[in-house]
Amino acid sequence: MKRRIFLKNTTLSALASLIGSKVIFGAHMPKDYIPLAVDQSDPFKLFNKDKGMVILNDRPWNIESQAHLLDPKITPNSAMFVRNNGFVPENITAHNWTLRVDGESALNFKKYTVNELKSKFKIYTYQLTLECGGNGRAEFDPTAKGNQWTIGAVHCASWTGVRLKDVLNDVGLKNDAVYVGYHGIDKHISLDPDKEPISRGFPISKALQKETLIAFNMNGKPIPLIHGFPLRLVAGGWPASASGKWINRLSVRNKIHDGAKMKGTAYRVPCKPVAPGEKVSDEDMCIIESMPVKSIITYPKTGAVIKKGQLLNLRGHAWAGELEVSKVTFSIDFGATWKSCQLETAINRLAWQHFSTTIKFPGIGYYEIWVKAFDNENNSQPMIVPGWNPKGYLNNACHRIAVKVK
Amino acid sequence: MLLFTLFIVTSSCLFYYIFNPLVFRNNHEYTNIPALVNDDNLIKNGIHVKTGFIDGEGLMTVVNNCTNCHSSKIVLQNRMNVEAWNSTIKWMQKTQNLWDLGDDQKIIVDYLVSNYPPKSKGRRILLTKVKWYELPE
Repeated sequence: MKRRIFLKNTTLSALASLIGSKVIFGAHMPKDYIPLAVDQSDPFKLFNKDKGMVILNDRPWNIESQAHLLDPKITPNSAMFVRNNGFVPENITAHNWTLRVDGESALNFKKYTVNELKSKFKIYTYQLTLECGGNGRAEFDPTAKGNQWTIGAVHCASWTGVRLKDVLNDVGLKNDAVYVGYHGIDKHISLDPDKEPISRGFPISKALQKETLIAFNMNGKPIPLIHGFPLRLVAGGWPASASGKWINRLSVRNKIHDGAKMKGTAYRVPCKPVAPGEKVSDEDMCIIESMPVKSIITYPKTGAVIKKGQLLNLRGHAWAGELEVSKVTFSIDFGATWKSCQLETAINRLAWQHFSTTIKFPGIGYYEIWVKAFDNENNSQPMIVPGWNPKGYLNNACHRIAVKVK
Repeated sequence: MLLFTLFIVTSSCLFYYIFNPLVFRNNHEYTNIPALVNDDNLIKNGIHVKTGFIDGEGLMTVVNNCTNCHSSKIVLQNRMNVEAWNSTIKWMQKTQNLWDLGDDQKIIVDYLVSNYPPKSKGRRILLTKVKWYELPE
């Protein structure tokens, strides 16, 4: 609030004289525009988040969940991580919101209100896993720049909406259609109106999957503002950045979409493995598609102290991008021996699966419980941090918790 | 000479006031100063209160150039060497509308690498800061 008052009451030259340095941010600051993100009020209240969540960044908002907060089978809003590349839009009304579908490979350009989408197309609900491509970035060495996500940038909420493929079918696709790119109304952090903070998408094959939704509800209610109200693209199993928020336009492209954060090191990894810290040129970087197999222990919270002889119930979730999880194992001896957990099948494709087990410890002492999931192509999670990449994506190393038996 | 002395005294007072705005806490005039000015320069226990940056050479250059578009929190999360910071600056100039930093670039990068040097993490970090609690049966 102080900054808000300050911006309103202070001319740039006065500011310059006070800080004794030239003022550099004036150029792109539209008059009377005060972004929401500048307002430093309580984000937990603002976004209805659990107090245990960790704020990585407040301008723009980036908030991480914690493993134990992700225990429910369907992630509640209170435990869902927040990832923003730009400033959260304000003053959105759903009734006059329109979604425009265009692009060089769309047969027709069409516009739909939210109500038209709801009435014209069949409505579906799926539980879909969305994990930030940079979840686990904090562990890369050398450091990968960006928000230092640890384990909590994943959620699996229930999304309700219309199938993107039904909408694309209504618009009609030319034969040369290869990609769908989204556009939202969030503001670039430089406040340059000609820049989009993020405009990503996915190939037509992903767009035509039955689980790829243009969603208007999350967990049975209108999507919370911070998660993309009133319309969000939801593409489960892919980096969550493919699931655009506050979307008002979809473009059917005859080439790989070239919006913001589609090029350079953004959401791309070296096509061939590189040594830690190695320089990689842009043409040797490939777009991340399906996310790798991964799991988290959501119960108990790390740090449990139990009595000798006490059995420990363990549970959590596992997911594998486009694939299924076929097995989840655990180890209490740093990987020397592994045992299987019980594993449930997914409620629908692209939803995470739940595992559980009961552990008996051989005696008193310090233990770590490590969990390793396998996908149905027999890829499993590495115990160490996997291949280094410039932006620290795809860290699917085993999650582990500390336990003491006394 | 008198005029010059007066100028020196006045500007010294002004500067002292700018950097120590609390000096007039009980003064009526204090209320006319925007609140942020107080916060902006306040250093407590070696930390710049407004941003969380360590007080050190180049601090205000970093504050003035690196916290306008984004929060200081994104800077504080990242520990990089000179080369990586320079390439990050180049990326911000290319894609994020960051201005030409001129001579300030060296001041900024020197501040960051000396106050927030990279830490080696190895292939897997240890579980630290575990908060132990009794888990009932």
